[in-house]
Amino acid sequence: MENLFNIFVKSIFIENMVFAYFLGMCSFLAVSKTVKTSFGLGIAVIFVQVITLPLNFLLEKYLLKPGALVWLSSEFADVDLSFLSFILFIAVIASLVQLVEMIIEKFSPSLYASLGIFLPLIAVNCAILGGSLFMSEREYSNLGEATVFGLGSGIGWMLAIVAMAAIREKIKYSDVPAPLKGLGITFIITGLMGIAFMGFMGINL
Amino acid sequence: MFSKKSLKLLTDPINKNNPITVQVLGVCSALAVTVKLEPAIVMALSVTFVTAMSNFVISLLRNTIPKRIRIIVQLVVVAALVIIVDQFLKAYVFDVSKQLSVFVGLIITNCIVMGRLEAFAMANKPIPSLIDGIGNGLGYGAILVIVAFFRELLGSGTILDIKVVPQALYDAGYMNNGLVILPPMALILVGIIIWVHRSKNKELIEN
Repeated sequence: MENLFNIFVKSIFIENMVFAYFLGMCSFLAVSKTVKTSFGLGIAVIFVQVITLPLNFLLEKYLLKPGALVWLSSEFADVDLSFLSFILFIAVIASLVQLVEMIIEKFSPSLYASLGIFLPLIAVNCAILGGSLFMSEREYSNLGEATVFGLGSGIGWMLAIVAMAAIREKIKYSDVPAPLKGLGITFIITGLMGIAFMGFMGINL
Repeated sequence: MFSKKSLKLLTDPINKNNPITVQVLGVCSALAVTVKLEPAIVMALSVTFVTAMSNFVISLLRNTIPKRIRIIVQLVVVAALVIIVDQFLKAYVFDVSKQLSVFVGLIITNCIVMGRLEAFAMANKPIPSLIDGIGNGLGYGAILVIVAFFRELLGSGTILDIKVVPQALYDAGYMNNGLVILPPMALILVGIIIWVHRSKNKELIEN
């Protein structure tokens, strides 16, 4: 239990997807213009992250790892399919996003109206694929850890984009040098927020 | 060899229509690999290869791909190319491939690749698409190399692992700037590049 809590806190603050690894920057920069839309995108990311990570974990454990196919027959003990992980992970993510989109559209049209446009964007959000790749690189040992990591990294991403959007709403009224306006100042603010988040790095869990 | 039009396709993304500073694509993996120059160059070459080849392949297939499932088709093509790059790097430059860690895989979701596929390859002939891919890869690489150059120079005092800051300077009290090595400085450096770039190209300034 304690272990799960550690992973949770770590993935939100210390190893924040945006500020520590720059993942999901494209949509982070493009969508963070207003708090409301960035909140919607954040929720969608958490949602997809929590579903794809456990799925990819199972895929990795029972199909891709060296010797993972032993449960089928002992002849497969030295089969190593790990080079296929990119293509399978991204296929799971893309098809799941499509599926989630269809389910939401059917059962909750109001949620679909607010989330709908963001869902296709998520298939190519690096934070999602990055989550799966980090999961396999760090070798989380069970399904619970993978799910908690997904939840934590999703929340961390949402936190970052909502904070960013709030700052950008205010900065509209400041006197920024013309060539820095828009994109330039956004990069610099992200950098400064990253430095602030580095304060969490000293925490050892 | 190049007609005027294809030359424009090649050079535009390097300056006026740069994928990172103007189109805001592919920032994700751009910043984490720029602590040293060597991984940055390897990353730039890998991305150029993937954008160029995937543009070419998708452009060949563009009339046969059903519209509704085009994203999955594109992702499969890109993922196959990235697997080739990944295996190649693991075989020939293992150290660099370890340094790049998950970021090679993340070329799949690099928005430059998908962005060019959607914006260019789906509507143009194979050869112009190939050139467009090379141009965008190089434009991305240029920013990567500039950022990595300054980070390695200021942060470690070396370029491509060769010492360039003379020992005398260290003796006189000069110190490497540890902050430049940290991830946030990469963002601030890109911000500064955008600043310089837009002061030179006034028409890019946002209101």
